[in-house]
Amino acid sequence: MQVTIKVFRYNPEKDKKPHYETYQLEADPTDRVLDLLEKVKGYKDGTLSFRRSCAHGVCGSDAMRINGSNKLACKALVHDFGAKITVEPILGLRVIKDLIVDMEPFFDNFRKVLPYFINDDPAPEKERYQSQEDRERFDDTTKCILCAACTTSCPSFWASDEYLGPSAIVNAHRFIFDSRDQGAAQRLKIMNEIMGVSRCHTVFNCTLACPREIQITKAIGEVKKALMTGSLE
Amino acid sequence: MKTHQFEVLVVGAGGAGLMAGLYASRTAKTAIISKLYPTRSHTGAAQGGVGAALGSSEEDHPEWHTYDTVKGSDYLGDQDAIEFMCEEAVAAVYELEHMGLPFDRTPEGKISQRPFGGHTNNVTGKPVMRACHAADRTGHMILQTLYQQCIKNNVTFFDEYQVVDLLMTNGKAAGVVAIEIATGEMHVFQAKAVIFATGGHGRIWEITSNAYAYTGDGVAITLRRGIPAEDMEFFQFHPTGIYKLGILITEGVRGEGGILINGKGERFMEKYAPTVKDLASRDVISRAIYMEVRDGNGVNGKNYVYLDVRPESVNHYAALDGRKRPDGSPFVVTGEEILSKLPDIVDFCRVYLGVDPITQPMPIQPTAHYAMGGIPTNQFGEVKKDENKTIIPGLYAAGECACVSVHGANRLGTNSLLDIIVFGKHAGLRAAEFSKGADFQPLPADPTAFAQAQFEGFLKGDGRENAFDIAMEMKKVMFDDMGIFRSGKGMQNALEKVRELKERFKHVRVQDTGKIFNMDLINAWELGNLLDLAEVTTVSALARTESRGGHSREDYPSRDDQNWLKHTFAWVNETGKIELKYQPVTITKYQPKARVY
Ligand SMILES: Cc1cc2nc3c(=O)[nH]c(=O)nc-3n(C[C@H](O)[C@H](O)[C@H](O)COP(=O)(O)OP(=O)(O)OC[C@H]3O[C@@H](n4cnc5c(N)ncnc54)[C@H](O)[C@@H]3O)c2cc1C
Ligand code: FES
Repeated sequence: MQVTIKVFRYNPEKDKKPHYETYQLEADPTDRVLDLLEKVKGYKDGTLSFRRSCAHGVCGSDAMRINGSNKLACKALVHDFGAKITVEPILGLRVIKDLIVDMEPFFDNFRKVLPYFINDDPAPEKERYQSQEDRERFDDTTKCILCAACTTSCPSFWASDEYLGPSAIVNAHRFIFDSRDQGAAQRLKIMNEIMGVSRCHTVFNCTLACPREIQITKAIGEVKKALMTGSLE
Repeated sequence: MKTHQFEVLVVGAGGAGLMAGLYASRTAKTAIISKLYPTRSHTGAAQGGVGAALGSSEEDHPEWHTYDTVKGSDYLGDQDAIEFMCEEAVAAVYELEHMGLPFDRTPEGKISQRPFGGHTNNVTGKPVMRACHAADRTGHMILQTLYQQCIKNNVTFFDEYQVVDLLMTNGKAAGVVAIEIATGEMHVFQAKAVIFATGGHGRIWEITSNAYAYTGDGVAITLRRGIPAEDMEFFQFHPTGIYKLGILITEGVRGEGGILINGKGERFMEKYAPTVKDLASRDVISRAIYMEVRDGNGVNGKNYVYLDVRPESVNHYAALDGRKRPDGSPFVVTGEEILSKLPDIVDFCRVYLGVDPITQPMPIQPTAHYAMGGIPTNQFGEVKKDENKTIIPGLYAAGECACVSVHGANRLGTNSLLDIIVFGKHAGLRAAEFSKGADFQPLPADPTAFAQAQFEGFLKGDGRENAFDIAMEMKKVMFDDMGIFRSGKGMQNALEKVRELKERFKHVRVQDTGKIFNMDLINAWELGNLLDLAEVTTVSALARTESRGGHSREDYPSRDDQNWLKHTFAWVNETGKIELKYQPVTITKYQPKARVY
């Protein structure tokens, strides 16, 4: 089929402001939007810049806005969008060039939530035991690939990138609800700060945007509840 | 030009690089440089599991793991290194757990393990549960956990810096040259020790499970600096990639009871590996699929077969095989259990194929997957500069870009995640220790000259050729003639084609002349690496007149231990000619014998 792909373009070395370029391509309905971008880059305009690596939705490189919603270009198939496809960078982070945004504020927020295992007891010789139920408790939030699709779909994050954002809270949740971890109190304190979970107004954009189908709003809700009740039950 | 100084530099932030960085940074001033954000590294794509003889649910021993790995390698693996890795495996996996890695659990709360191809109970010959897993995203969990530990320990990172050259002075490592991708600026990193952990090069082939970033940068850079590449002819084709796309379907699917079915509805692996059937080694299964397709047994006359993990099929064949749970009860699964153990696989099939594996079989074909060959090292990650095991002071390599060699001619599933944590750690430890007793080597007068010249070339080409076309043609000929089955004639054809492409590549001119995120320029340089490695791979393969593991020749169908029980070392000399030498395999306990599954 013939596809018209309209791509947000901005080269800070040349352009005063961003513009859009439109390309016509022959495509299969099952092609990935990423495949189209590769073709544009290979045959139409080598200057088009975007990040990508795994090409199957596990590395988190290529979150972008496709026809207005946040997707991984490698997990978005042409037949889901039809013959007219518009591709733009994710919102709320500074555009560096074309579809590439500055990820540093996003990773800064990630680093703020103590995103690592805390347990100062001496480790046993073998593994720390954990029941299947306890392991299941935080399974969903271990799936996060830090692609920023959720955080950059959140109106509270657009309002201020000081807000930790859904992804950072998801990563806090992953440790707060891990029965082996001892850092929950410290993390909950961070969650309770002014730029923490109170900024979430349950708009649900994040949950819809997550390419890993993490129940993000639910996870944030669980963190809020833990703050209110003081219990991790 | 900016310069930096670190005692230890790690190039690459996948599992091997992060492990090396974590260990080196405990005692030495260390930085990790990566062209991708660390969490984008391809370790995150690994699915099925990491191998270690924990014996969570049934009897297992590191010696069994060692023997299976030696056999899986088709006796080309160095047995001292294999034994070292399999012994270290148990503590290494427990260490990951202590770092917080969320492994799946057994009912008793231990680390859960599943069967995987080629891993057996050495007494009964039956599959053993040795792959420690976290659903079908074990690699994701390893990558995340190690990155989290690096944050906790304040490890220094240079993210999105592309290393493009290795600096050597007086025969010792002196540092690297890197491009800061966001600015296009060249940086010089001076170091006492440099560790390459840059991953594989599967982008040489058309159908591949490998990421765009898998362009073999580390091996290409070291080859240009006169360092050999070992066993490059051995590249693994994984039997189960999604038809046409090559996206991997983990062997864990067969570990959970999935079976391979040809177009006639037959479970064909019974013919090729009567004892372990669908859990034979990867090279064996990929060849079986190829032969089924060649004999007209593909599905609908096409070049694919089915991987079937529908509960009714799994239960049917498990009953025929008499497969039992560890508690002795019959092996029976439900759709829900499959979904909970293989959620990502189910998702990939639904998204990319519109197929639901719980109710439909998956169309699969072999896909280029793993580089057994690479930068030659010993078990401490020290790089060897020749076939006499001479070490280059200060230079290390670990992970998929290295060849220790523990995988020999064919890697067993789960042994790469093991390789990266064991050898990543030891390379890090050794490099830090070395740096304590060593001085910085002086940098060459114009350290960026060699790299600069390579990049300027891409801006000056006459533009008669398109890089994208060259890449496509390379991938196609390498898949057709340097794939699962090879022949002298086919390989010669591939070699001529690759050489032609290398000539044509000189005419490429990149369109982007800017500084900021010039991916056009960087991707062109990466394509040059792939072309170089494609040539070295083909020359190494042509010379080896036998079939062993992943290198299977129609004109030399049997293994020839008399002449070929040896590792290939390939050099690219100043005129661009490839020279080959050989190093004997280290054999300790296991004398080569016929390999039957
Ligand atoms: C789909 C898939 C599934 C797999 N499943 C399993 C499994 O279940 N079990 C198993 O044991 N193995 C598995 N493997 C193999 C295993 O995952 C890899 O071999 C292993 O993770 C490689 O790790 P690494 O650290 O060597 O490289 P990577 O994780 O790929 O890291 C390479 C790093 O090098 C950096 N880099 C590369 N070039 C440069 C440069 N020029 N400058 C700067 N940085 C650079 C990259 O940014 C990256 O950080 C699988 C592989 C694939 C593709
Ligand atoms: S390229 Fe990895 S998530 Fe899309």
